[in-house]
Amino acid sequence: MALMVILLVVQIWLLSATLEGFLAGHHGVALPAAIFSGLLFAACVTIDAFVERVDRESRKD
Amino acid sequence: MSLFRNPSDQPLWKDEFSVFTADERYVTRRQFTKFLSLASLGMFAGNLWILAKTFFVKTPEFPSTVVAELGEIPVGGVKLFTYPAPQDHCILVRTGDDEYVAYSQKCTHLSCAVYYSAQQGRLECPCHQGYFSIKDGSVLQGPPPRPLPRIVLERDAGKLVAKGVKVGEHG
Repeated sequence: MALMVILLVVQIWLLSATLEGFLAGHHGVALPAAIFSGLLFAACVTIDAFVERVDRESRKD
Repeated sequence: MSLFRNPSDQPLWKDEFSVFTADERYVTRRQFTKFLSLASLGMFAGNLWILAKTFFVKTPEFPSTVVAELGEIPVGGVKLFTYPAPQDHCILVRTGDDEYVAYSQKCTHLSCAVYYSAQQGRLECPCHQGYFSIKDGSVLQGPPPRPLPRIVLERDAGKLVAKGVKVGEHG
């Protein structure tokens, strides 16, 4: 869960940095930022799925 | 009422109070991770929105607008005008006998109106002491993250005409 929080903080920073760059006229940062943000989101979803699986298995026991 | 009550150490109101606030407020691990995933999705959606804006951004067409006449303002003087739209406030500064520069008056920090300080030879924002260079609008000091957008000026028959806006890094 702490890892998820860290990933989220990185994602928030990435969004603000991308927005700053876009407002400054640097349109080239948008695509790599979107790709990296997608990877971070995928990582969050993976961790969420893992936590759910662990919860489900612990409840079975 | 107390005759029909089961023996209890708790006061009557606690026994009969049916809402268990602590249990209701308790957030499970699953709920928290789902919330974090949702927040992550929101950030990702924000990045996608910026990407979409990049693809759909149109090259803006700027009108030609007469700003001032040559010699209208003294050296070190300023003139305020709006360009390209009435809500876009700009500042024209005569920095030399034959030198004029114009910038957007909106500070890139929090959009306060910047003013020209002839003594310091720079544009200053009174809100958070952000300073911009009069030569190219770059940030000299303070919290502004970007340079001031520069208004492209041309001379035409003794008049200064605004032709466009340059955003971002100046050449």
